[in-house]
Amino acid sequence: MNLTPPSASAAPAMVMTPEGPWGRVRPARRNADRLMKIIATAFTLVAITVLFWILGMLVVKGIGGLSAGTFTQITPGPGTEGGGLAGTYLAEYGRGSKLANLIRFINDILLSAPSILIGLFVYVILVEPFRGYSGWAGGVALGIIAIPVIVRTTEDMLRLVPAPLREAGSALGAPPSVVITAITWRAAKSGMVTGILLALARIAGETAPLLFTALNNNFWFSPTLVGGVSNLPVTIYQFASAPYENWQQLAWAGSLIITVSILLLSLIARRIVRGGK
Amino acid sequence: MAAVTDQMASGLPAIRRTPKGTFDLVFRNASFLAALFVLVLLAGIIGAMVAGGWPAFREFGFGFLTSSVWDTQNEQYGAFPAIVGTLSTALIALVVGVPLSLGIAVFLTQLAPPWFKRPVSTAIELLAAVPSIIYGMWGLFVFVPLFAAYVQIPLSNIVEGMPIVGTVLYSRSPSGLGILTAGIILAFMIIPFIASITRDMLEQIPSVLRESAYGIGATTWEVVRHVLVPQAGVSIIGAIMLGLGRALGETMAVTFVVGNANRLSASVMDPGSTIASRIANEFNEALGLQLHALIALGCILFFVTFVVLVIARILVARVKSF
Repeated sequence: MNLTPPSASAAPAMVMTPEGPWGRVRPARRNADRLMKIIATAFTLVAITVLFWILGMLVVKGIGGLSAGTFTQITPGPGTEGGGLAGTYLAEYGRGSKLANLIRFINDILLSAPSILIGLFVYVILVEPFRGYSGWAGGVALGIIAIPVIVRTTEDMLRLVPAPLREAGSALGAPPSVVITAITWRAAKSGMVTGILLALARIAGETAPLLFTALNNNFWFSPTLVGGVSNLPVTIYQFASAPYENWQQLAWAGSLIITVSILLLSLIARRIVRGGK
Repeated sequence: MAAVTDQMASGLPAIRRTPKGTFDLVFRNASFLAALFVLVLLAGIIGAMVAGGWPAFREFGFGFLTSSVWDTQNEQYGAFPAIVGTLSTALIALVVGVPLSLGIAVFLTQLAPPWFKRPVSTAIELLAAVPSIIYGMWGLFVFVPLFAAYVQIPLSNIVEGMPIVGTVLYSRSPSGLGILTAGIILAFMIIPFIASITRDMLEQIPSVLRESAYGIGATTWEVVRHVLVPQAGVSIIGAIMLGLGRALGETMAVTFVVGNANRLSASVMDPGSTIASRIANEFNEALGLQLHALIALGCILFFVTFVVLVIARILVARVKSF
């Protein structure tokens, strides 16, 4: 059995050292390899450059308007409890059942469904029948976007809880509900918080669904959440499209605030996940 | 030993006294209903979209898909330019974004020194956390002027009058806005998804395979090309489909840079519109049939992305995905 490539036929690898590791490799193969390495590195640099370019742009243009940054923003998450419970079902009760697999599959699809469609959906079921944009409709839209994220992370985190913990609970005579609430949830607590943070990061920057639901209100938000409610993303959209210099300045300041807070949220969430594993 | 059994005996009645049966049942059913809600949500979205768009489908029938008229005065609506715009921006995003993502995944798994790997990985994933409206603003205020000055105008001068290329790449009004610009911005938005899933896939491949390939003298490129890519092939296609699903439905960034023209143009340099950008632009001023036509557009978008995402999920099976 001759496994060595033809170009390196006689000598074992160790002997090549005087000429470097490339000693007996044909130039065409060596060049293809080098080219690939350069391209892969360059592509990575391009992506990182774009990230820092965007961040740099936000800082440069946004920092001046920060003093005027008197925005309010609401990001209610009514999906939290429901999402957590659904994730619990998938991880604890529904293991391996066909229905649970279907729900998991659909949930994964909703996870990446375009958010503008969620906005349209909430418009059809909430805004149109009640004749008016409202903070409630915006909250429902964001909640629907948050649910799949929370379901997914909760399930993943509960699955990481080792089975002996549950078995020990059951062996003491605890019913499944007690095992789940007192043992599994407690063990997976940081992971479940991460899910909520990730969902928060996801919905905090959403604009499209709010266009059709909460719309916007340039004044303060009314405590009843009826009528348009001010929110940062739609404000940015409207101010950035406006022809006035000072409005655009405000849009930049708003963008800086929202991006920095979202990036921080995601970084914290990632740190927790890594600590948990 | 006796003490332990005593403790257990005294502990048992305490557990029995909890309302074990009822609470257990309530908890189980509550979590089941919560899970079922996911299915109800999907059914609700389908139902609401079809119901909302139905008047437009009934009015224009199959012609809604093929007509290019979008006339609010005469209440004539056709989806064709928006569908073409959606597909072409998504296609450009894939053409630009997939090689970049695969390059990044290869860099992260094969080339990067260990200390460098984690910060770069995090940076790439943070690209996904940047809100889409920020991409839109970056595109509009930074990328678009540069693109117009350094790509559109010189390129138009070069290709003017050439067959085919002269049509596809010529910009009549080099403003920087257009289908190609939108596609490039979209490419950067889908890179983190494709790159991180591909990276996870490449990392899952047993290192024995890689080592044996290196052992017979293969170069890094040959290992990637002949060992890793064939192993991870199907899931990489799944990751690409996931990116496609993102690109199809992306709204705010595209609305900023696509130019929002309702007519169909043969050139990728000209302004166009996508389904999502048209909805975002016109929805708040739309009345009557126009509103239903826009929801019908959303309905089409939903079915297209749904099919793409189903295929993607089947191919990727379960991987981490945000």
